[in-house]
Amino acid sequence: MTGPPTPLRVGRDALLLECAGPEQVRATAAAALARRESGLLVCDEVVPGAATVLLDGVVDRNAVLAELGTWADVEVVDDEDRAVELPVAYDGPDLDEVARLTGLSTSEVVDLHLSTELRVAFCGFAPGFAYLAGLPEVLHVPRRDEPRTRVPAGAVGLAGEFCGVYPRESPGGWQLLGTTRTTLWDPSSAEPALLRPGTAVRFTRD
Amino acid sequence: MTRPEERAITVERLAGLVLLADLGRVGLAHLGVPRSGALDLPAHRLANRLVGNDEAAATLECLGGGLRLRVGAATTVAVTGAQVPVTVDGRPRDWGDAVAVPRGGVVELGRAVVGLRAYLAVAGGVAVEPVLGSRSSDLLSGLGPPRVEEGDELPVGERPGAPRPVGVAVPPRAGDPLELVVGPREDWFDEAALETLGRAAYVVSSASNRVGLRLEGPALGWARSRELPSEGMVLGAVQVPPGGQPVVFLADHPTTGGYPVVGVLDPASVARCAQLAPGDEVRFRLTRP
Repeated sequence: MTGPPTPLRVGRDALLLECAGPEQVRATAAAALARRESGLLVCDEVVPGAATVLLDGVVDRNAVLAELGTWADVEVVDDEDRAVELPVAYDGPDLDEVARLTGLSTSEVVDLHLSTELRVAFCGFAPGFAYLAGLPEVLHVPRRDEPRTRVPAGAVGLAGEFCGVYPRESPGGWQLLGTTRTTLWDPSSAEPALLRPGTAVRFTRD
Repeated sequence: MTRPEERAITVERLAGLVLLADLGRVGLAHLGVPRSGALDLPAHRLANRLVGNDEAAATLECLGGGLRLRVGAATTVAVTGAQVPVTVDGRPRDWGDAVAVPRGGVVELGRAVVGLRAYLAVAGGVAVEPVLGSRSSDLLSGLGPPRVEEGDELPVGERPGAPRPVGVAVPPRAGDPLELVVGPREDWFDEAALETLGRAAYVVSSASNRVGLRLEGPALGWARSRELPSEGMVLGAVQVPPGGQPVVFLADHPTTGGYPVVGVLDPASVARCAQLAPGDEVRFRLTRP
């Protein structure tokens, strides 16, 4: 038990809930969504971060502060239906650099990436861009010194403790390992993002 | 009743960036979808009310004014936000009020005299297909309609109900301080930073856009050297990168960010930021939450 998250007031109608770690982020976001579903919480947005959950547009902030102590009781149910497999061609321009930075061979980098169970910690940067947590420490590499002005859609990259896939062409500074052909973002769909907070992700060889 | 093709408006000339704006995309921040929408929401809402639209109807947001368009069917328009000269078929009309336009009439907005972003509402609203529940252009994310170009024919919805001219258009006024609620990360800044922020004058940088109002002035020093794990960002957050120059997050801001937020503007102050031009001076008045 870690106790309830620590609330910080944000502007006039938002709260930032500081969590002890990724597990508490998931539990807190799940509790917030469950409460919103049942009408106990009225707010516009529930936004998980790396170590926080933001509640934006909260209608009764004092009520949330008063009952936050009971949020830890909500059980987090992993949605196994939401496990996603992403086939990757390991043809990224930074594969050699990642090998150099980690002291591994390129095939060891690829094998390690393929054998890691990842989970979407939070989204941001661009619509459908998911920060995938769970990388072994050896794969934690810094961003490129010079970001690329153009990273293609489907590029799979590493930065710090996270792995990510660029949903559409954009600038970007992550170390690129390869490319997936899977569509990650479709704004015309009822579920526009393939990868959402909590989604389990596994990479396979394309 | 007019047919949709009769109601369309044709963009004959524009001087600066013209985008479609509405109330934005709310409820998708956890997927990385920015709110977007009109930067000056009160001006957008008033323009819609003046022509009888629902406040969620799409208006045209014109940076710096400067827009000429021809209406198909007879209609009503209203221009709010930045104060711009308004003419219909060359004759001066009121800014900030409902203006009747005859069939085939030409509406022209001159360059902004006061403020930066003018909002033009047309009865029925601009009726492009919504994307994720909004007709707002979000150029950074690539969501919604592209920027408006000369020659575009924009669809217009059916004429709505009676106008609800509640509220009076007032030209934007510079000079008053922006109201800032301190936090959530004030403890990331050194002692002098908050005192500086409450006292100093900042100047709006030319690098400002719909993502953020970038300010130049005395640097706000960090008290910590480690990095802040990425966290959710709200509209009006004043984020401070390591260089110490504050950035006010506006409608197209990213949904999460990794620099500490020293404070958050109240909604009225966020709307005023939409009307600040490069070179304008900005001060803050700090309050505690």
